[in-house]
Amino acid sequence: MGSKGVELTGAEIVVRFLRDEGVKYVFGYPGGAVLHIYDALYKQEEVQHILVRHEQGATHAADGYARATGKPGVALVTSGPGATNAVTGIATAYMDSIPLVVLTGQVPTHLIGNDAFQEVDSVGVTRPCVKHNFLVKDVRDLALILKKAFYIATTGRPGPVVVDIPKDVTAAKAKYVYPKEIQLRSYKPVTKGHIGQIKRAVKLLVQAERPMIYTGGGVILDGAAKPLTELTRLLGFPITNTLMGLGGYPGTDKQFLGMLGMHGTYEANMAMHHCDVLLAVGARFDDRVTGNVEKFCSKAKIIHVDIDPSSISKNVRVDVPIVGRVSDVLGEMIRIIKEKKLKPRREALAAWWRQIEEWRATECLKYQYSDEVIKPQYVLEQLYKVTRGNAFVTSDVGQHQMWAAQFYKFDKPNRWINSGGLGTMGFGLPAAMGVQFGHPRSTVVCVTGEGSIQMCIQELSTCLQYGLPIKIVNLNNRYLGMVRQWQEFFYQGRYAMSYMEALPDFVRLAESYGHVGMRIEKPADVVPALEEAMKLKKRLVFMDFITDQTENVYPMIPAGAGLNEMILV
Amino acid sequence: MRRIISLLLENEAGALSRVAGLFSARGYNIESLTVAPTEDPSLSRMTIVTHGSDEIIEQITKQLNKLIDVVKLQDLTEGAHIEREMLLIKVRAVDADREELMRLTDIFRGSIIDVTGQTFTIELTGTGEKLDAFIQAVDNELILETVRSGVTGIARGEKCLRV
Ligand SMILES: Cc1cc2nc3c(=O)[nH]c(=O)nc-3n(C[C@H](O)[C@H](O)[C@H](O)COP(=O)(O)OP(=O)(O)OC[C@H]3O[C@@H](n4cnc5c(N)ncnc54)[C@H](O)[C@@H]3O)c2cc1C
Ligand SMILES: Cc1ncc(C[n+]2csc(CCOP(=O)(O)OP(=O)(O)O)c2C)c(N)n1
Ligand SMILES: [Mg+2]
Repeated sequence: MGSKGVELTGAEIVVRFLRDEGVKYVFGYPGGAVLHIYDALYKQEEVQHILVRHEQGATHAADGYARATGKPGVALVTSGPGATNAVTGIATAYMDSIPLVVLTGQVPTHLIGNDAFQEVDSVGVTRPCVKHNFLVKDVRDLALILKKAFYIATTGRPGPVVVDIPKDVTAAKAKYVYPKEIQLRSYKPVTKGHIGQIKRAVKLLVQAERPMIYTGGGVILDGAAKPLTELTRLLGFPITNTLMGLGGYPGTDKQFLGMLGMHGTYEANMAMHHCDVLLAVGARFDDRVTGNVEKFCSKAKIIHVDIDPSSISKNVRVDVPIVGRVSDVLGEMIRIIKEKKLKPRREALAAWWRQIEEWRATECLKYQYSDEVIKPQYVLEQLYKVTRGNAFVTSDVGQHQMWAAQFYKFDKPNRWINSGGLGTMGFGLPAAMGVQFGHPRSTVVCVTGEGSIQMCIQELSTCLQYGLPIKIVNLNNRYLGMVRQWQEFFYQGRYAMSYMEALPDFVRLAESYGHVGMRIEKPADVVPALEEAMKLKKRLVFMDFITDQTENVYPMIPAGAGLNEMILV
Repeated sequence: MRRIISLLLENEAGALSRVAGLFSARGYNIESLTVAPTEDPSLSRMTIVTHGSDEIIEQITKQLNKLIDVVKLQDLTEGAHIEREMLLIKVRAVDADREELMRLTDIFRGSIIDVTGQTFTIELTGTGEKLDAFIQAVDNELILETVRSGVTGIARGEKCLRV
C-alpha cells in the first residue's frame, strides 16, 4: 500500500479504523486473542467500549443500536467460546437484515488448524448466518478488509459481517491510511428501480378496485417511512405492516389496518385475501405472513419492490418485480403520479373502504378486561398511554411480543425493536441497552416474559455499570405462554415443559443488581406503577406484572391455513 | 430440468465452501461441481451441474449472485454451449478382452494412456452422456476403477463469461 500513512500495530489499526469510520460504541467482552485490541482501546477515548456480561448480549446490543439508529452496530469478542457465544446474535441480525460488524479474535495464524487453545473455525461456524465474513491473514490487508466489512454490512440488503483477526495480526505492524472509498467488482447493489417496471406498477395501482399495500422491514432499513406515507396518502389505499415493518407507516392513522399475518388483525388479513392489486414493499412474504401460499392473495396482481432479487418470487410468484431501494422506487412512483395527475378509482375505492370498515368493526383485538387479574393486553395499552406512544420498545419472543406489536401503536420508524426472523428469546434486554446508548435521553422499554428475560438476565449488571435507565415490563404469566398456547390449541392441553417453575423473586433480583424492582398484582395498580417507573428517569425499573396465566393471542391463523381462516377470540 | 451454471469467483480461500454451503443449506441438488483457477490468478472458474424446477433454478442463480465472492454468473443451458467431461477408467484387460477394449476405445475416440499386462487405463472426453455410454459398453466385470472430472462447459460462438 505504498509508503503513505503511519505505522501502527494491527490492534491500533482496528481501533483507529473504528474511530475513522465514525464508530462510537463497541459492545464486547475481552479474552486472550483480543488482548492487544483491548490494550489499544485502553489507550484512547474516542471509541467507547461497553462491557457486556455475555457475548450474546454484545451482539444483541450492537443489533439494537443499529435498529434504533440506522448506523451499523459493532461487537468485539474473543476467539473460541467468545465467537460461539456471539453466534445467536449474529444469526438474529442476519435473519432481520441488520447491519453489524462483529470482530472475533482468532488464535495466531501459525496455530490455525492445530486445535489450539480456544480455537474455533469462526469463519466456518458463522458462514451460514452472515452476509459475508473474512479471515485477516496479513496485517497489511486489515484496514481494507475492515472497510469492506462496513461497506458490505450497510449497503444493499444489510446484514452482519464477521472479521476474524488472528492474534499475531494484531501485533504485527503496517502502514495505516483510512480507506475512504471502496469498490468491489463482485458486489454492486442496485439502487434505482427499472423505470418501465415502475410505470407498469403505477398503472396497475391507479386502476385497482381493491388495492392493498403491504410493507415490511425494508422500509425501516431504508429510512423510507416518509415516501411510503406520502405515496399511501396520495393514493388513499389501505396499508398493513409486517411485524418488522411496524412504524413504517403511522400506526394511529386511519388508513392503517394493523399488522398482518399469523397474529395480524382481521381487517388486514381479509383485505390481503380479497385485494385485486397488492403493492409489497421491502417485505419478504414470510410464512408467518402468507399462511398457506396456495391461498395467498389468489385474486391479486402483485407488485414487489425489494433490493434483494432473491426475495422476489421466492415464496410467491409476483407479476411486477422491481429491484431497487424503497425510497428510490416509491419516490419515482410519487413523481409519476403527480406529474401525470393520475387519480385512483374513487368509487371502487369507496366501496372497498366500506368493506374494510365492516371487517374492522369486528374489533378483533378486543379482550375481556378484568378487575381481579391483570390482562397482559391491558398493561400494553396503558404502557402506550403512559409513554404517549413515544417510547422505544424492544421485546423478547412469545405472546408478550405479539401483544406489544398489536397494542403499542408506532407512529415512527425504528422504535419497535424485536427479533422477527429468528425469534430469539433473550434479545430484548441487551437490545434495549443498545437502543439506550443510541438514544440516551429517550424512554426505552423492554417488554418481556418471565421465560425470555432469564435468557440474558445477566445484562442487568451491564445496565448498572453504564447507568442505563431501561424500563422492563415483565408480563409474568408463569408459562412459556406461546408454547402453552400451541399446546392448548394443537396438543389437547398437554402442557409439556411449558410451566415455569421455581421462578426467582424478580423484585429482589433486580434489587440485588442495584436496580428498582416492583411487583404488580392488581389491575388497579398497573397505571400507577407505570407512572412511577417512568418518573424514575435515572433508574432501571423492573416491573414484574403478574398476569393472567391462560390468556391467548388472538386472532390466530393456524399453520397451513389461508389468511381468511383466522381463529378469532 | 438439468442446468449447467458457470461462475467466475474471487480466488479466495473459502469461496468454494460458500458455494457448497449454499447448496446444502438450501437443499439444492448438485450433480457435479468443478473449480480451477483461470488465466487471471485472482479468479477461479466454477461449473455446477444442478437440476430443479424453473423456480428453484431462478432461486439458485439469484442466491449464487448474492454471494459476495461471485463476480459473474452464466447459465450455459440458456444458450448454445459445449459441455465436456473427462473419464479415466481402469479396466481388466487380458486375452481377447484386450482387442475388444482397444476397438471400443477407438470407436469412442478415447485413448489408452497406461498399460500393464493385466490392465488398461483409458482416457475419454465428451459429454456426460457419451461417458455413460462408454461405461455401459464396457463389460461391468472388467471395470476396476472409474474417475470422472465432473462437467465443464463454455458458451458457443462469441459469447464469453469474463470480467
Ligand atoms: C412468535 C412470532 C410470531 C410472529 N408472527 C408474525 C405475524 O403475525 N405477522 C408478521 O408479519 N410477522 C410475524 N413474525 C415475524 C416473521 O417471522 C418475519 O420476521 C417477518 O414477517 C418478516 O418481515 P418482513 O417481511 O418485513 O421482512 P424483513 O425480514 O424485515 O426483510 C426485509 C425485506 O426488505 C428488503 N430490503 C431491505 N432493505 C431494503 C431496501 N433498502 N430497499 C428495498 N428493500 C429492502 C430485504 O431484502 C427483505 O426482503 C413473527 C415472529 C415471531 C417470533
Ligand atoms: C432461544 C429460544 N428458545 C426457544 C424458543 C421457543 N419459544 C418461543 S416463544 C417461547 C415462550 C416464551 O415465554 P415467555 O418469555 O415467558 O413469553 P410468553 O409467551 O409467556 O409471553 C418459547 C420457548 C425461542 N423462540 N427462542
Ligand atoms: Mg411467560
